[in-house]
Amino acid sequence: MLGLNKKDSTLLLIVAAMVLLAPFILNPFPADSAMAQFNAGYPDLMQRFVIFGIFAIGFNILFGLTGYLSFGHAAFLGVGSYSAVWMFKLLSMNVIPAILLAVLVSGVFALVIGFVSLRRTGIYFSILTLAFAQMSFNLAYSVLTPITNGETGLQLTLDDPRILGVSATADGGIPVTSLFGMEMRSTFTLDAGAWLFQFNTGYYFCGAVLLLAFYLAIRIFRSPFGLMLRAIKSNRTRMNYTGLNTKPYALAAFVISGMYAGLAGGLMASMDPLAGAERMQWTASGEVVLMTILGGAGTLIGPVLGAGFIKYFENIFSKINEGVLHQWFAFLPDGMENGVVWVVEHFVGPGWHLTLGLLFMLVVTFLPGGLVEGGQRIARLFRRKSTEPQDGATQSHPAE
Amino acid sequence: MGILEVKNVNKRFGGLKALSEVNLSVAENTVHAIIGPNGAGKSTLLNCLVGKLIPDTGSVMFDGQSVLGRTPYEINQMGISRVFQTPEIFGDLTVMENMMIPCFAKRDGAFEMNALAGVARQRDILERAEQMLVDMRMADKRNMHAASMSRGDKRRLEIGMCLAQEPRLLLLDEPTAGMARADTNNTIDLLKQIKEERDITIAIIEHDMHVVFSLAERITVLAQGTPLVEDIPANIKGHPKVREAYLGETAAAA
Ligand SMILES: Nc1ncnc2c1ncn2[C@@H]1O[C@H](COP(=O)(O)OP(=O)(O)O)[C@@H](O)[C@H]1O
Ligand SMILES: [Mg+2]
Repeated sequence: MLGLNKKDSTLLLIVAAMVLLAPFILNPFPADSAMAQFNAGYPDLMQRFVIFGIFAIGFNILFGLTGYLSFGHAAFLGVGSYSAVWMFKLLSMNVIPAILLAVLVSGVFALVIGFVSLRRTGIYFSILTLAFAQMSFNLAYSVLTPITNGETGLQLTLDDPRILGVSATADGGIPVTSLFGMEMRSTFTLDAGAWLFQFNTGYYFCGAVLLLAFYLAIRIFRSPFGLMLRAIKSNRTRMNYTGLNTKPYALAAFVISGMYAGLAGGLMASMDPLAGAERMQWTASGEVVLMTILGGAGTLIGPVLGAGFIKYFENIFSKINEGVLHQWFAFLPDGMENGVVWVVEHFVGPGWHLTLGLLFMLVVTFLPGGLVEGGQRIARLFRRKSTEPQDGATQSHPAE
Repeated sequence: MGILEVKNVNKRFGGLKALSEVNLSVAENTVHAIIGPNGAGKSTLLNCLVGKLIPDTGSVMFDGQSVLGRTPYEINQMGISRVFQTPEIFGDLTVMENMMIPCFAKRDGAFEMNALAGVARQRDILERAEQMLVDMRMADKRNMHAASMSRGDKRRLEIGMCLAQEPRLLLLDEPTAGMARADTNNTIDLLKQIKEERDITIAIIEHDMHVVFSLAERITVLAQGTPLVEDIPANIKGHPKVREAYLGETAAAA
């Protein structure tokens, strides 16, 4: 299908089905039950899953395939957001030109930053990308205020030109983002007894882009170019002495992953048309590293899983506060209840990063291949039970 | 004129003169061995041929063109392939993938943005790589992780990868170092077979006299960075200068 082999087609179809059915899958609990807080089928959260999924898929093309660990990819995300918002301000509220500009500008940025950073490898490369990203953050935060609107962040106003659109709507409001008239924020709500399912235009638009991004990533993984990138990770010396110039390969991977980040940034701005410098901060760059490693670097589906995993638990854990905890542990004797709540509350709400850190350490220690490796181990366990031991000669493909 | 002409090459490392006034001519379609005691400068000389080091003075010509100032990948594309002292292969990839990479390098050159093509559809590359694996007698290992093979098999794969590029000059740096006798003999047989079947020039650096005298048509003896003598194997064996430079070394190796 579409030039993919059977296994990859199946994977793509599974992801497509998940994206399509996410409003159901992520809302398994009735709306007014106690478990409803574990639902995740809200438009803005689902959009975040998908957008960070795209970000991580792109990051994985660089890190997973070539092994170059960039600590500055949030810069491209930010550049994408700013570009998109400018398009909304100057041209129109249609998301297509905004996203195209976001991808283009972040690609040019990645070309420049990649060209310089790729003169070094290993830790020096990582430090260079980090330095560039922090520079971009500071530029956006203060020096380039006319372009970025500094601390406040770039927003739409009523007197933006919007050449192909209107500066203000008939009732005097700021127009909303749309895809040829389909408003991104419009949501169709389905009441099914105790359940509530929300179908949001913006989410499905992002979902379609994710599928395209995922499809392209599969093609890249399976191409001669992808093979060269994996060869760079494996042995750069052998590459050079096999007549291959590693630099343009690594640079191309860097630019492609930068464009994926810019695409994610453009989508973010398309869902909520504002852009701030904090999107470029090093913590945001670190987050995509965590997502990719947690899910399984170098695998196709890993980064998407990692992004979903982190964004889901971030949402759940940050909502839990002291009050909720007291409710949960109310069955304990008073003194003990207070003690338990005191301990647990450091791991929820704003302290959720503590939990993330612990989870990350556990995964890296016990499942170096990330969630994908966890899944493979479970699958192998089942297979061993159902069929008699197969010979181990058929090694798993390193980049599934 | 040989296919490889080294003239008056000098190379210093700080105060150490690793190579001084080295002249070497390797004739086309021969096996030329460079021998010499440890620290004689053999690896340094080889590194000057492949672009890893640049000589301080002198010239290195391959097929009438200078290699100086070119990067390793450019020199490789000119037709020089190199086998390393410890096998350099793509350990994370399968044996088949290892073999495909030089086939791509041969077909597409140093860089080709082939990002949507699908490796599985590159019929010519797959056939060529498969043929090379058959030639190297490792077709049964095609799906193995290259890193999990024995040292002898890694060496065999590395040589096969070099041959897949159809180089005109194959350079080998102590290809049997650290190998058991059986693996060493296998490697000798492999190199002999390669020489019989292909038009190729082989320059081999070697410590093991057994290997050198089974393969070489001409031998250059290097000592303290300078060539002592160059001759056919029969004349090298009993040469007084060689015995002098090599005494103890030969005894130990034999
Ligand atoms: N990169 C280097 N820096 C400094 N000295 C070196 C370097 N490479 C080799 N040498 C020195 O040059 C001399 C020749 O080394 P080498 O060419 O490796 O000898 P061989 O391969 O014949 O054993 C040795 O004394 C070695 O210590
Ligand atoms: Mg040496």
